[in-house]
Amino acid sequence: MHKEAAIRQPLILGHKTYHDITVDVVGPIENKAPKMWYVLMSIAGLISIWGLGCITYLIATGIGTWGLNKTVGWAWDITNFVWWVGIGHAGTLISAVLLLFRQRWRMAINRSAEAMTIFAVMMAALFPGIHMGRIWVAYWVLPLPNTFGSLWVNFNSPLLWDVFAISTYFSVSLVFWYIGLIPDFATIRDRMVKPLPKKIYGILSFGWSGKAKHWTRFEEVSLVLAGLATPLVFSVHSIVSMDFATSVIPGWHTTIFPPYFVAGAVFSGFAMVLTLLLIMRKAMNLENYVTIKHVEYMNIIIIVTGSIVGVAYLTELFVSWYSGVEYESYAFINRFSGPYAWAYWSMMTCNVISPQLFWIKKIRTNLTFTFILSIVVNIGMWFERFVIIVTSLHRDYVPSSWTMFYPTWVDIGIFIGTIGIFFTLFLLFARFFPVLALNELKSILKISGESYKNNDSAH
Amino acid sequence: MYDDDHTLMEAAKKLRDLGIKVKTVYSPFPIHGIDPIIGVKRTRMAIVSFMFGITGTSLALLGMWYFMIHDWPMNIGGKPSFSLIENLPAFIPVTFEFTVLCAAHGMAITYLLRNGTLPGMPASNPDPRTTDDKFVMEVHTSDNHGHSGDELKDILKDSGIIEISEREIES
Repeated sequence: MHKEAAIRQPLILGHKTYHDITVDVVGPIENKAPKMWYVLMSIAGLISIWGLGCITYLIATGIGTWGLNKTVGWAWDITNFVWWVGIGHAGTLISAVLLLFRQRWRMAINRSAEAMTIFAVMMAALFPGIHMGRIWVAYWVLPLPNTFGSLWVNFNSPLLWDVFAISTYFSVSLVFWYIGLIPDFATIRDRMVKPLPKKIYGILSFGWSGKAKHWTRFEEVSLVLAGLATPLVFSVHSIVSMDFATSVIPGWHTTIFPPYFVAGAVFSGFAMVLTLLLIMRKAMNLENYVTIKHVEYMNIIIIVTGSIVGVAYLTELFVSWYSGVEYESYAFINRFSGPYAWAYWSMMTCNVISPQLFWIKKIRTNLTFTFILSIVVNIGMWFERFVIIVTSLHRDYVPSSWTMFYPTWVDIGIFIGTIGIFFTLFLLFARFFPVLALNELKSILKISGESYKNNDSAH
Repeated sequence: MYDDDHTLMEAAKKLRDLGIKVKTVYSPFPIHGIDPIIGVKRTRMAIVSFMFGITGTSLALLGMWYFMIHDWPMNIGGKPSFSLIENLPAFIPVTFEFTVLCAAHGMAITYLLRNGTLPGMPASNPDPRTTDDKFVMEVHTSDNHGHSGDELKDILKDSGIIEISEREIES
């Protein structure tokens, strides 16, 4: 058995046994949902219906209902797309990269972070879909033989790379998540008394029985999937950034984009994980599993990635001046002093200055403060994408076509709608799925559990 | 049946030393180090994944060569469109994504098929508590002709076991 240094803080607090872990995690699924769940579910459900209504209206009428114009051809929709994809990145980072680095603290948060990834990527994939205008011909992005002669999709185009990246990312994350869920569904199946839930969890658990050979395969498959998902997660946001970087628009055409986007994605993703987990640990009494130490670790990742993002902003500014290209320089001068300066400075405040507060230990271990900051960071990251997309477009080479972008109610409605759908899905997950990875937590109980750490000699 | 992974491991070691073959172990989580004791071989899942990955790489390159170079070469921004090697940099992202797609899904499907874990399959763990906090070791008398059933029981009783149950298995 692995030993862990005594100075490391225990990751599972309280004197838990294997059985306690099962009860703590499966309990909320077996019992009736609290009133609060119904309240939240109704709110999220109503917002989702509103969002679906807006999407239906958009598809029925056309993307002329958005505030786009001749100069600003990409705005809220793509901002939302990049924002949601970015949020998704934390889940894979936690489950794959931290698995490769053998970080045990990931085990309490990976399940819900992966669920968040999957739901966020679903929301993200919606936007390029509806942005096509004619969503019923969305299958044209696939290399299919067609009736127009043998014309194929363009594999030189980053937009097509994106199709492959997002679909691979979504399906691989889903498989990774589900393979981890199978043994935990089996645990629920074996505890359920009522026939119908027992039957449903029985189907979901695929007949898992926990044989030694199956566990060996399980661990190997998890490790290989982590190895595959690690470069995948970096490639996805790199490719998203190439949608911009390979164009010749000043403000987009920069080589710094891939690493800068990936850092930003992890940054916003961890913020969203914190927002969700801080509510969940309280609502489901998981304080012993998602401890202050876990929150602190996540806040440290937020300082690191937030600082990388800050350096990237400054580098962009420096290079735009150093390049000596008039148009490039103007794009950036316009960003911080033009009509969208308020968006630029909101971004700077939220993303660069606010996470620096986490250098103070008192602040990064304070839950209320962390919760507020996690929301601030996500607002900042939304503005980052908005600033990159809109400010680079709204003043192009011909001053007579300079204009502003004003979102319509459909723009805003769809964005709010996706937040509603996201929370609906997450609430359903929290109600019916094991929110912590049971089998993984049990395997670290003797290494990192509080009662086992304190009397190491007995075991 | 045991209530601790460590006790079970010690028991399995003892049985191995006596030359008794353990059929399998059911546990709520992976017990590290049990595999060599009960004779479970290293899994070949990683090799499966590699094979599927290589297939993905080849298919992606073959496909893009056919679509972009052979069947309908297009001049897009003067980029080289008449040679796979010259156009390769632009093909790397899709090649990579497709490799990962094939490796991950190929391995996952193989894993489910080899385990026999598919939607609707019946659970085969002998006791529902093995997915919670109990550990079951399965010893077949048919694998251990040198020892009678009672002998096996006596040996197991000394190993910190909490429950023994005997079952007739049809085979």
